[in-house]
Amino acid sequence: MQRQAVPIAARGLRKHYGAVRALDDVDLDVQAGEFLTLLGPSGSGKTTLLMVLAGFIRPDQGSLRFGSDEVIRLAPHKRDIGMVFQNYALFPHMDVAGNIAYPLRLRGVAGNELTARVDKALQTVQLAGYSARRIDELSGGQRQRVALARAIVFEPRIVLMDEPLSALDKQLRERMQIELRHLHEQLGTTTIYVTHDQREALTMSDRIAVIHGGRIQQLDTPRHLYERPRNRFVAEFIGESSLLVVEVAGERCLCDGQTLRLAQAAATGAAVLMLRPERLQVLAHGAALADGLNHLQARVVDLVYQGDSFLLQAQLANGSTINARGIAGTAALAALPQPGETACLAFGIDDTVLLADAAP
Amino acid sequence: MNIELHAGGLRRDERRERLVLLGLSAPALLLVGVTMIAPVAWLFGLSFLSDTGEWSLEHYRRMIEQPSYGRTFVTTFKVSLLTTAICIGAGYPLAYLLSQLPRRAANLCMIAVLLPFWTSLLVRTYAWLVLLQRRGLINDWGMRLGWWDEPLALVHNLTGTLIGMVHIMLPFLVLPLLNAMRAIDADLLKAAANLGASPARAFRSVFLPLSLPGLAAGTLIVFILCLGFYVTPAVLGGGKVIMVSNHIANDIELFFNWGAASALGAVLLVLTMLLLWCATKLLRFEKLFGGAH
Repeated sequence: MQRQAVPIAARGLRKHYGAVRALDDVDLDVQAGEFLTLLGPSGSGKTTLLMVLAGFIRPDQGSLRFGSDEVIRLAPHKRDIGMVFQNYALFPHMDVAGNIAYPLRLRGVAGNELTARVDKALQTVQLAGYSARRIDELSGGQRQRVALARAIVFEPRIVLMDEPLSALDKQLRERMQIELRHLHEQLGTTTIYVTHDQREALTMSDRIAVIHGGRIQQLDTPRHLYERPRNRFVAEFIGESSLLVVEVAGERCLCDGQTLRLAQAAATGAAVLMLRPERLQVLAHGAALADGLNHLQARVVDLVYQGDSFLLQAQLANGSTINARGIAGTAALAALPQPGETACLAFGIDDTVLLADAAP
Repeated sequence: MNIELHAGGLRRDERRERLVLLGLSAPALLLVGVTMIAPVAWLFGLSFLSDTGEWSLEHYRRMIEQPSYGRTFVTTFKVSLLTTAICIGAGYPLAYLLSQLPRRAANLCMIAVLLPFWTSLLVRTYAWLVLLQRRGLINDWGMRLGWWDEPLALVHNLTGTLIGMVHIMLPFLVLPLLNAMRAIDADLLKAAANLGASPARAFRSVFLPLSLPGLAAGTLIVFILCLGFYVTPAVLGGGKVIMVSNHIANDIELFFNWGAASALGAVLLVLTMLLLWCATKLLRFEKLFGGAH
């Protein structure tokens, strides 16, 4: 049923508000049928970028192509994009069917075909039988589904979603994440999704563009983004991380006087090393060192029990802090070094990540 | 051990709170009762007394028999309808503009709209007289600039009355309308555009219907205020525009006929209430207002 999905190519998108650079010459390529997430803190420019794509914000300059069509100067109502708004923006003076039929009526669909397509869209979002309901009779999750149905019913080339799940409670949000993902697989529409929730982005996306200061900091698959962040911002924004200043020499680096091996040789000099807490193994001081792993000796500062996991905070002699997280099994908890004692933190060479674009 | 559940005490507390509420609203209730309901009831009674002090329907009978009364009611409704219509025509675009302006600019413009409220009604009405009369500012300038040769009859007639009344009534229409328009989420119009509606279509299918409750409220307020209006038709109508209130004033001041005046007032009150009731039924206010949020 779906029309051909189109790729999106943005070049040099710029939008300045006085001294504020909401978009600072952004280039972005989205493949046809891809689910791409714009992830960033509030004020990062991700919503501005989405609004430029939808046509609601006029950029200072730039080029935007949907497939082979240049659309940068095209009015919003001619762009053929389905959008799900953060607050859903359902028309309160129309019932559910009226909302979903709205884009179809504008396209001259009428009669039996109109009813059939509205019903089909309602089925797709699992709201069959709700067509005569008023909007104020619906729960948040149901409104979300109606907004979604309205955005896909006219089979747009592209679907945009502006933090569509942020108003839902946690359980519903997690269920909707999976549902949206399935729906995307089913429809295959090029989808751009905006969120500030990193877990949501990691769960749903084919690729994620991390945005900060009006620039795309890194555009990568969720796994690459997590395991190989390019710079300090990405490393800190996604997941937990400990950042350590090291001195690089070829395939090795020196951290607090202790030598660590690297997966690849890097430029000699000072650099920033990133460690993910859950990739660290905590060994008691004096335990046998394993081959093929890096080790760091650090003094335990704090040990926090968090139910399913524990968080251990340790300090190097130079004052840097390292966090380690592990599953809180009975045996594991019993073997942990206590605050004041020295712990040995072991981690894989692949998990010893140098940040490429970070000044120490 | 038995624990007391305080059913009686809790009920007493509930009753006491209600009494406190009633006590707080007592002054207002008393005021309305004394200054409004009692005199209206008294006037209503007067309208059924003949000149000799007996129960009779002669004032109502005269209202049907004498054509001047009929003309008065026709004039009243005609002037009120025209004023309301002009207010809608001028007020809707104004309110729309104000609702689209940034907040600061909108507030400044709002002051301009409300400024007349800070001046006495009578002063404003006489100010119009100065502007509109044969040798007034407007005729003077119009002729000096060669736009027209003879002084236009802008006052002491229906035109003058309408100009004055529209000026006074406009804020009553704009305020509720602007409120309704400001409550319309801007995202709804974005959503309409996104789904393929041209700006005109989005206005027609989304903005206009959502602003209707405010328009209905403003229209009703203006129309009902117009029905009982006195000063402006008296000053700017020049005796040619006789509305019910002017007729009432004549009955009392010229003929000292309280009965006839009371009957007129009673009929106007009943007509107004009937109209309000019809409007509420027709527009289903609750639902309309509910829909705006």
